[in-house]
Amino acid sequence: MNIASLLAKKGPKVITVQPEQTIRQALALLADHNIGALVVVDRDGGPVGILSERDVVRNAARDEAVFAKTVSALMTKDLILGVPQDDLESVGHTMTNRRIRHLPVVDQRRLVGIISIGDVVKAQRDLYRGEVETLQFELTEEHGKPATR
Amino acid sequence: MSRPGTDAQPLRVAIIGAGPTGFYATDQLFRQPDVVVDVDLYDRVPTPFGLVRAGVAPDHQKIKAVTAAFDKVASHPRFRFFGGVELGRHLSVDDLRAHYHMIIYTTGAQTDRRMGITGEDLQRSHAATEFVAWYNGHPDYRDLTFDLSQERAAVVGVGNVAADVARILSRTPEELATTDIADYALEALSASRIREVYVLGRRGPAQAAFTNPEVRELGELAGADVNARADEVELDELTRQALERAPDRGTQKKVEILNDYAHRTPTGKPKRLIMRFLVSPVELRDDGHGAVGGMRLVKNRLYATATGTLQPKATDQFEELPVGLVFRSVGYRGVPLPGVPFNDDWGVILNEKGRVLDPQTKHPLVGQYTAGWIKRGPTGVIGTNKPDAVETVTGMLEDLARDIHLRPADPSPDTVERVVRDRQPQYLSYQDWQRLDELETRRGKETGRPRVKFTRVKDMLAALGRA
Repeated sequence: MNIASLLAKKGPKVITVQPEQTIRQALALLADHNIGALVVVDRDGGPVGILSERDVVRNAARDEAVFAKTVSALMTKDLILGVPQDDLESVGHTMTNRRIRHLPVVDQRRLVGIISIGDVVKAQRDLYRGEVETLQFELTEEHGKPATR
Repeated sequence: MSRPGTDAQPLRVAIIGAGPTGFYATDQLFRQPDVVVDVDLYDRVPTPFGLVRAGVAPDHQKIKAVTAAFDKVASHPRFRFFGGVELGRHLSVDDLRAHYHMIIYTTGAQTDRRMGITGEDLQRSHAATEFVAWYNGHPDYRDLTFDLSQERAAVVGVGNVAADVARILSRTPEELATTDIADYALEALSASRIREVYVLGRRGPAQAAFTNPEVRELGELAGADVNARADEVELDELTRQALERAPDRGTQKKVEILNDYAHRTPTGKPKRLIMRFLVSPVELRDDGHGAVGGMRLVKNRLYATATGTLQPKATDQFEELPVGLVFRSVGYRGVPLPGVPFNDDWGVILNEKGRVLDPQTKHPLVGQYTAGWIKRGPTGVIGTNKPDAVETVTGMLEDLARDIHLRPADPSPDTVERVVRDRQPQYLSYQDWQRLDELETRRGKETGRPRVKFTRVKDMLAALGRA
């Protein structure tokens, strides 16, 4: 299973911010949309970084003036980008191992979505649940009548 | 007016598409202790169960047995089925809005993805899904023809549908005769001259989507010897590293099975089934008469994307495969429904966790929902649609609690039934279906088969005494 199916039910909007916007503006976006990270995009919409609530919290702990700073000063520039054809399995593995909580997804450099580690875990859980559901049914069938409850 | 969901004013829900997801959603709605729900389940074809009837292979009756659970759901007194009623033809979204508080679209992925190569539209090049619908007796596909006089066929793709097609092509007439395969398909496949079936995967054995039971089954066919190439099933360095980092018993087993196939010597069975990996078709050759006369393949090698997914990259090595019949099974896509917003990027209804979105505002459309393959794309097994339907129904109940639902002008179940009868007098109820089911099963008993299907709508109606 690839990660396109996670993006398919997330709607078309990806909340983005530009590098020269302030942290204050970025925080407003995070709060308004109830999300944990913003993809930072250049004028052409290409992703250049990611700004997470964690980035802001860490800086705020030692710098009172953080809110007036620009997004580019705090964002993580070392971006890992996914593509829609990436396997759920390897994405889950990479996000867990490299402690990435949000993965922007691009298609030919165009930002098409962002998935969180929560999305990955939920998709994996649903896959397993579905398999268990199907296997259980087949097993009960094999032993005669389906289980009734 | 009070909120719907009570005995006096039940929550009226229309579900479009009577496949597994339609039934899982119905079940989840009926399980709510505090909400009284009426479900009207619609399908374009007269019979229920979607791909369980028309997709799951006829030699996989155990999987088809899931319909027993759907029968139970259908026995609920607040359930109705309208078979043979199509959205956009007999009813519009506006009609539904006039009679229901909520609508769920569960129409699945009705079309296949194309390979995008030269020659794809030649004769004898087919979508695997069409072949599947044909041998399963789907009324819309029963009149298709497939040239089984060819000796070599290729199935492009290594998912479970590809495995189904390869298996059905390789089965003996005796094996097929014990299934509920459509009569005409049994006849055509019994006269088939195919003796070599190639299954082509663009990545390696560890990345193949088919499940281990399906791979194993290919090695146990009565009339076909299975084979693979040792150099193609041997793990490449990147796959080996990936499996070391994240060991996966299932994948290792799959690779073992395929390695076993590579080292088998043919036992002289009449047919051969050959599993190929790390190859992609780049062109279908014209035989000079507008039909497939061969296939040009490119050899791939794997590379890792930024997230560690192994993807194929074409090399400069090519080969010719002398096949005369091609079935592509490289993915599926949803089809837009008239009047329902569509997300072209993913081939699904535009939605957020099952709430259909307005394409302009990106806000949820009141009372419209989706679930299953048309919501997330074609992934997982039948059971995967259950948690998916639960997610959608959970959203519906949240909305209901906030009094967000359609305000139908006439929610009476009788009115909508009159409207349906008026537009499609030949619709089938669940009782009609149960009668057909009984007749099909009885016809099967006479010949030692699970059932003998009715494959024409007019035959179904005639059997019900309605022609």
